[in-house]
Amino acid sequence: MFEIVKREEMAGGTVILNEIAAPLIARKAKPGQFVIIKANEEGERIPLTMADTDPDKGTITIIYMVVGKSTALFKTLNVGDGYQDVIGPLGKATHLEKQGTVVCVGGGTGIAVLHPITRALKEIGNRVIGIIGARNRDLLILEDKMRSASNELHVCTDDGSYGRPGFVTEALKEILEKEDVRQVVAIGPVPMMKFVSGITAEYNVPTLVSLNPIMVDGTGMCGGCRVTVGGETRFACVDGPEFDGHKVDYDELMKRLQAYSEDERRCYNDFCRMEQ
Amino acid sequence: MSEKKARKETVSRQAMPEQAPEIRRRNFAEVPTGYTAETAVIEAGRCLQCKKPSCVEGCPVNVDIPGFIARIAEGDFKGAIRNLWTRNSLPAVCGRVCPQEIQCEGQCVLNKKGAPVAIGNLERFAADWARENNTGELPPRKASTGKKIAVVGSGPSGLTVAGDLIVKGHEVTVMEAFHKPGGVLVYGIPEFRLPKAIVAHEVDFLERLGVHVACNMVVGRTVTVDELFQEGYDAVYVGVGAGLPRFMNIPGENLIGILSANEYLTRANLMKAYKFPEVDTPIPMGKNVVVLGAGNVAMDAARTAMRLGADSVKIVYRRSRDEMPARTAEIHHAEEEGIEFFLLTNPVQYLGNDQGRLTGMECLKMELGEPDDSGRRRPVPISGSNFEMACDLVIVAVGSGANPLLTQSTEDMTLNRWGYIAADPETGKTTKRGVWAGGDIVTGAATVILAMGAGRKAADSIHEYLTWGW
Ligand SMILES: Cc1cc2nc3c(=O)[nH]c(=O)nc-3n(C[C@H](O)[C@H](O)[C@H](O)COP(=O)(O)OP(=O)(O)OC[C@H]3O[C@@H](n4cnc5c(N)ncnc54)[C@H](O)[C@@H]3O)c2cc1C
Ligand SMILES: Cc1cc2nc3c(=O)[nH]c(=O)nc-3n(C[C@H](O)[C@H](O)[C@H](O)COP(=O)(O)OP(=O)(O)OC[C@H]3O[C@@H](n4cnc5c(N)ncnc54)[C@H](O)[C@@H]3O)c2cc1C
Ligand code: SF4
Ligand code: SF4
Ligand code: FES
Repeated sequence: MFEIVKREEMAGGTVILNEIAAPLIARKAKPGQFVIIKANEEGERIPLTMADTDPDKGTITIIYMVVGKSTALFKTLNVGDGYQDVIGPLGKATHLEKQGTVVCVGGGTGIAVLHPITRALKEIGNRVIGIIGARNRDLLILEDKMRSASNELHVCTDDGSYGRPGFVTEALKEILEKEDVRQVVAIGPVPMMKFVSGITAEYNVPTLVSLNPIMVDGTGMCGGCRVTVGGETRFACVDGPEFDGHKVDYDELMKRLQAYSEDERRCYNDFCRMEQ
Repeated sequence: MSEKKARKETVSRQAMPEQAPEIRRRNFAEVPTGYTAETAVIEAGRCLQCKKPSCVEGCPVNVDIPGFIARIAEGDFKGAIRNLWTRNSLPAVCGRVCPQEIQCEGQCVLNKKGAPVAIGNLERFAADWARENNTGELPPRKASTGKKIAVVGSGPSGLTVAGDLIVKGHEVTVMEAFHKPGGVLVYGIPEFRLPKAIVAHEVDFLERLGVHVACNMVVGRTVTVDELFQEGYDAVYVGVGAGLPRFMNIPGENLIGILSANEYLTRANLMKAYKFPEVDTPIPMGKNVVVLGAGNVAMDAARTAMRLGADSVKIVYRRSRDEMPARTAEIHHAEEEGIEFFLLTNPVQYLGNDQGRLTGMECLKMELGEPDDSGRRRPVPISGSNFEMACDLVIVAVGSGANPLLTQSTEDMTLNRWGYIAADPETGKTTKRGVWAGGDIVTGAATVILAMGAGRKAADSIHEYLTWGW
């Protein structure tokens, strides 16, 4: 069993943080890599990116949004409980390079994935401008952490309840207009990554995105995680999860994420009914 | 003696009882239900106890076939299983899944006159008897040598290495990427052909012998082969299988509803998705299912789809019936269960709707031309024969390749041009000191028994190395 040593609720309980004892993984993990987690015997294998690791303590941190049956089940686990299986670190680590000014754009729980990358980019000497966004103030996570991980942080909310009103893309456009940006890293909902990539393509700025297709094994064995990048099929779990944002077929990814939506809804509703 | 001979000629091969096709096509219980002790003794009596048994030559691990069968004929089932275990550590598995018709049974002398001795069924009987009458008996283990071996991959080849080396007194840890051990035996071959409880029993047996099984260990990621040596392992066996799915590379392949056989079978078997929503992993419930390919994997996928409630399941294969690589028994079982065969047919593109879901497949009819490299007649498309086939689920079972995850992270290990590990066929030694490899990651997708045979040779070679040096 992989014990939960710390648990926090964020964004009004819609987002949960777990720090989990997984010493072998903590020792090896690098920013951008993910784990696959299975709660119990009947559980599904769920991919989640590591938001942090502590090799000395032997722990990894995950931050997930409650969207369906499995994440709702994870939410019921407390400190002292554990996951039956945690597998990783999986995927390629982010390719980090000192380039000058870089912009890190995060939306929703993507901010959790973006944070360790942002921190690492700053540590190796980049000037990092962070832009984070959420639908409203209550759903915004990790503002403090992102502030200290970047040299400059812009916060946006769709409804204007906090920070700058509007989408992260608008803030990004302004920055691209006035700064010499060498790279953009964008992590968040698929539509957000699509729009960000659309804008950075206009400005010719290389853009890295982190893709989240449905996965099973996470080791390149099943091909369930296939995505189209530059017209070629790639397996996100081993070839990614990060890819050149300008080459990703986002529309295909969005459709593929719906593959099991009806089944998942049924399963989730059953679970919610049982929990009551 | 003359009496015995007379009986042999009149007793015909004992059939194994099976669930009726109309019933079994909708359930996941095992299809053949096994011999009773009585039938097993009768069948064992058919063996002529040849002085130069040709059947043994047909078995890749040279099971002492007349030897174990003689014990069954005498009613000494314990003697039979002990005999089997000396050559084959997974008889309950091999008795079920070996392609006996081209191996042991294919070489039996009785083939000339009629039906061969049902060697597989008898092997299965002896192993099932031992499991059901669990005596808790363990083979003796030699004094500890203090040597540590890491076995990467818990398929039949890794399990064989572990079993052989633990009794020789070494310390063995099996590392498995998945959350359950067993390799293809648990994630690939379906429950109705190989009950998972049998595999679990075999693994449990190894654990009782002292083998440490560490799941959730992706070697190459969680730990690398080089790090294993730094951690004090003296030898490493790589038996990671051929886990890389092959697709058709035709337009529309990423539509929803097109899965590799690996994904489909993993969801069904390992994740038990056939019990969804009782378990959390879903599986696409196709109504009109097409399986591409005609090997064992294709038959397993097709029969699984039928059991999950499909209205129709079609096998689409570009060659003819004679070239179908699956075992005859599996093809026969599939046909009995209502699977249709569309031979000399090849898909050229997938068709979908605006939600990105599969709706059909455009196919071409083929005819057989001149023999190709494999010696089989090459299928050639008949121009203008295009037609559409409606389907909402396609399972691609056209073979697999070498998964590069471990090999890419391991230095000094030579691969062949297809990415499989180069290993000495006699010893399993790779070009990297202290590292052996065997099974599907060396030969490409093959059979359970060949993977086990490779494991046995490697175990002998590892033992020799740990005793005498490289
Ligand atoms: C490499 C990788 C890293 C990820 N990292 C994180 C992370 O750090 N934090 C986090 O909150 N989520 C992350 N995800 C997404 C997370 O895996 C899914 O949200 C989770 O599988 C949902 O499971 P569920 O059973 O709770 O919901 P389900 O019932 O499976 O799905 C509910 C809804 O979510 C959608 N969905 C299903 N699977 C995914 C998916 N893989 N990605 C996005 N939407 C999906 C479905 O279409 C459905 O509408 C990551 C995914 C991948 C592949
Ligand atoms: C659906 C199907 C049906 C089949 N039917 C038959 C049949 O009827 N008869 C027959 O004889 N053969 C059959 N085969 C073939 C047979 O199963 C294989 O040849 C055999 O299992 C190969 O054994 P192996 O030990 O080499 O590898 P595998 O059984 O593939 O086991 C390899 C194991 O290594 C693990 N692994 C992979 N990478 C790593 C890593 N980096 N770190 C740790 N672990 C890792 C995998 O998860 C897996 O558990 C079938 C195969 C399939 C897929
Ligand atoms: S191991 Fe396989 S080939 Fe050998 S005797 Fe048994 S069933 Fe036949
Ligand atoms: S060849 Fe056939 S009859 Fe002869 S020993 Fe083998 S199984 Fe028995
Ligand atoms: S999740 Fe199976 S290949 Fe990527």
